[in-house]
Amino acid sequence: MDWTIWVEWLIKSLFVVFALLTGFAYLTLYERRALAKIQVRIGPNRAGWQGLLQPVADAVKLIFKEELTPAKADKLVFFWAPIITMVPSIVIAAVIPFGPTTTLFGRTIVFSVANINVGVLFLMAVASIAVYGIVLAGWSSNNKYAMLGGLRSSAQMISYELSLGLGFVTAILLGNSMNLHDIVDAQRNVWFAVVQPVGALIFMIVTLAEVNRAPFDMPEAEQELTAGYHSEYSGMKFALFFMAEYQKMIAISMIAATLFFGGYREFWFLKDTFLSVDAIWNIGPWQFQAWFLGPIYMLLKVVVLLFFMIWIRATWPRIRYDRLMSFGWKVLLPLSLAVVFISAVGVLVAQQFDNNWYLAIIPIFSSVAGLVAVGFVDQALRRKSYASH
Amino acid sequence: MSIDLILFLILAVVAVATALGMLLSKNAVYSALFLVLNFAAIAVFYLLLGAPFIAISQVTVYAGAIMVLFLFVIMLLGAETLAPSKVLRGQGWAAFGLAVVLVAETVYLLVSRHAAVGVIARPDAFLNTMDSLREIGKALFIQYLLPFEVTSILLLVAMVGAIVLTRREKGG
Amino acid sequence: MSQYINPSDLTTILPAIVLTVWACALLVADLFIPHERKGWTAVLAALGLVVSLDITLIQAGGTSTGFKGMVTLDGFSTFLNALLLVSGLFGVALAYGYVRRMGLERGEYYTLLLFSVVGMMLMVQASDLIVVFIALELLSIPLYVLAALNVRQIESEEAGLKYFLLGSFSTGFLVYGIALIFGATGSTSYSGIVTAASAGTSSLLLTIGAALLLVGFGFKVAAVPFHMWTPDVYQGAPTSVTAFMSSGAKIAGFAALLRVFALAFPTLTADLTPILAALAALTMIGGNLIAVSQTNIKRLLAYSSIAHAGYILMAFVPYGNPQVMPVSVAAGLFYLVAYAVTNFGAWGVVIALEKQGGKGLEISDYAGLFWKNRPLALAMTVFMLSLIGFPPTIGMVGKFYLFRAVIDGGFVWLAIVGVVTSLISAYYYLRVVVNMFMQEGEPQTGSEFWVNFTWGLTALMTIIISFVPQPLFAWASSAVLRLF
Repeated sequence: MDWTIWVEWLIKSLFVVFALLTGFAYLTLYERRALAKIQVRIGPNRAGWQGLLQPVADAVKLIFKEELTPAKADKLVFFWAPIITMVPSIVIAAVIPFGPTTTLFGRTIVFSVANINVGVLFLMAVASIAVYGIVLAGWSSNNKYAMLGGLRSSAQMISYELSLGLGFVTAILLGNSMNLHDIVDAQRNVWFAVVQPVGALIFMIVTLAEVNRAPFDMPEAEQELTAGYHSEYSGMKFALFFMAEYQKMIAISMIAATLFFGGYREFWFLKDTFLSVDAIWNIGPWQFQAWFLGPIYMLLKVVVLLFFMIWIRATWPRIRYDRLMSFGWKVLLPLSLAVVFISAVGVLVAQQFDNNWYLAIIPIFSSVAGLVAVGFVDQALRRKSYASH
Repeated sequence: MSIDLILFLILAVVAVATALGMLLSKNAVYSALFLVLNFAAIAVFYLLLGAPFIAISQVTVYAGAIMVLFLFVIMLLGAETLAPSKVLRGQGWAAFGLAVVLVAETVYLLVSRHAAVGVIARPDAFLNTMDSLREIGKALFIQYLLPFEVTSILLLVAMVGAIVLTRREKGG
Repeated sequence: MSQYINPSDLTTILPAIVLTVWACALLVADLFIPHERKGWTAVLAALGLVVSLDITLIQAGGTSTGFKGMVTLDGFSTFLNALLLVSGLFGVALAYGYVRRMGLERGEYYTLLLFSVVGMMLMVQASDLIVVFIALELLSIPLYVLAALNVRQIESEEAGLKYFLLGSFSTGFLVYGIALIFGATGSTSYSGIVTAASAGTSSLLLTIGAALLLVGFGFKVAAVPFHMWTPDVYQGAPTSVTAFMSSGAKIAGFAALLRVFALAFPTLTADLTPILAALAALTMIGGNLIAVSQTNIKRLLAYSSIAHAGYILMAFVPYGNPQVMPVSVAAGLFYLVAYAVTNFGAWGVVIALEKQGGKGLEISDYAGLFWKNRPLALAMTVFMLSLIGFPPTIGMVGKFYLFRAVIDGGFVWLAIVGVVTSLISAYYYLRVVVNMFMQEGEPQTGSEFWVNFTWGLTALMTIIISFVPQPLFAWASSAVLRLF
């Protein structure tokens, strides 16, 4: 191993960490401004042009706030919990590809920190680790509200992880690989969100639950649990939870973009034009691949997906906890199983007849399955007994 | 010393230390957390041995799913502060004896098999391709199809059993 | 030949597949059966067992292997599968009225019972240690649940928990044994193990592995010194469950043990024969001696079942001797049938006398039974005589075959232990009989058709087969001949 590899890793890691940290800072601003627009307010616009310095002001405020540790808290775990929450939210981005494999300075560059063959599994592993921080924070605070918030969130995340995993399986089936680069490349012609719209929709619903965002933000339902698992946290420790939540939002949007919306690849109508990431640009004496468009497309997709999350937060009421659980177990899980089954059959048929047009049966049948599920939910909601207990 | 060896030594210390920590800590939550660290160390062992799939499955299944449930149950029951139950007489000695047997067995194995097995080279070229995963899939669905399917029935039965035991039938 | 799955794979374990599908369907169908009519679930479960039994008998005589050598269909498996399915039928018949009387009626009872039978059948057919392990779990987990089914009674909970903990513990031994065997031979299939073992790889490891396997199975079939769980579990579990568990789990455990030792470890006879002989002797002595002091009929039958595990284990002792082996295994199979028939009958009688809340289970509750209900007392007498091995019962014939095989194998001392312990057992079995005939008492007996049917039928079988044992023994022998 020569030293250039280390330099390459360092640059890529710094890029990812930097992207997530600044992304976090400006996501808070983005969210507040967007929420304000939806609620016909103005939002923070005083610090800097259009409020662009607001995140800096927030950071300064949080750093100088007093940090409290409850007297009967488990000090060690109380200290580590925010860190344990924070780390997976950054690490998860390590396998996400930002651009096409290209040649720069005579070396082959792969635009992800780690290009591993079990990338999708890595995502699952890190997602499943993420629950620890929240549970431990709730437990170590020695506070009933925090404890209940932590338990709620772990139950919720474990329940929705099943459907999340099946969403990954759908993408693996369609992409015929567990490597995220291969999955993105397989979406060269058509996004998986088009082939498997129901799968993509389920995935997006589940990711909301995984990052504890509205309408699934039960762990911190303020009228029931004050602030949930981070009730006892203040100052920079609280800021870490805050950061983790927003970084998870970004990371999960990146994952959704990679698995279902073509990742770093261009939009379908730009295929084979000079705006494709595969295009070769000739500027003067230089000839190079337009790899730098990859991160830009990725950014665009992430921003749009994040907007959906914010939009939902602004417009949807929180779901009651028992309904949240029964929705996860009784609706999403069977539906995701059906979606995986339909996708597998579709892929097999397309392989058998060697004609990709047969993949069309996937969206048709899975839409039917989705409509059936919606019908069941509708029926259940109409029943009085369900509403009352 | 190669990087692999240094990593191995560090991990070995971590694995043993966390295992001891798991046994010796008085607080059940700490025990569970030490066990998680232990699983993580073992997962890295698998990575070093060139088995990324197993490594990540280990993290997902043990650390990510099973231990979270353990922690969940410990916290829900408030079992972390339970008084230590009465220890059986001679339990420590029995455990020590069994440990000696285990060590003897391992040493015997190392001595008797080391020469025969030697050092197995890491099949690096094969590992970071999809082929290694395909091989695992094929093994599961061709050679071990029956056990795989029976396992699914087994899980179904265990689930039904758990529900039968805990759920009261209406009016029953 | 497809590389994935072939019709022959499916037909090899067709009875088990049919039963699995049936059980899954029953699980769903049960949702639509109202609570007052759970009897229908029992009928449907019995129907599934009959269908599976039918397929098993149609397949009789065929031999094949399936799923890349994971399972085998042969005369041995046909014989034992038929026995297991009949046990399942008896289990359903005994439960039919009992669970309603005890307020335990749950549709899942029968589903779990069917799944357990599936596990037993797979265990009988397994020719790979991985399948043995998974099948063992599949047969055990429903039994753990069924043992704890009477959650309102603390004994039942204790039984379930105890069975679960010790069962998991024993499975640990089994898996460790499998791991060591895999380490020694690089294979988990019986043929692979034999190939590697005869090529002379590290045999100490293989022996330790085989011994651990024996420990694991020893727990399951309740051999001394791995029997501690048996009395508490048999006593605490609902009686209909105990009846099924004491026969079914034992049959499956012995079948797997037999196949593993005969097919996978023929090279280890020198090491394993003394262990097996000691295990058999210990089990016979221990079970029978402790049974003497029992006053509760369920505990008495539990120790009796331990003792009988010892007798059946005798059939394994000469397994390394190719001349004696077929006869001794056939004797073992015959004894399994004899034990299952007698056992179901005896438990049927226990169920007929049991009252709500664990009443009516003391031996003194049987006092004067003969004067109150003659057929029942006579049937119980027949079963007790059969368990002693007294003519004219199937138990006598079974013991005769067993002792003859063991003596042929050169283990005269073991046969003597068997005879002496049988004499000891006469003491406590006859105490039940004496109680029924010569003591004064007012026993109350229930009258449920299917329970009466079970003990009536098994009593008749116990006597009739003892006069014409030859067809059954011939079937058992032919089953064994195909094994090798």
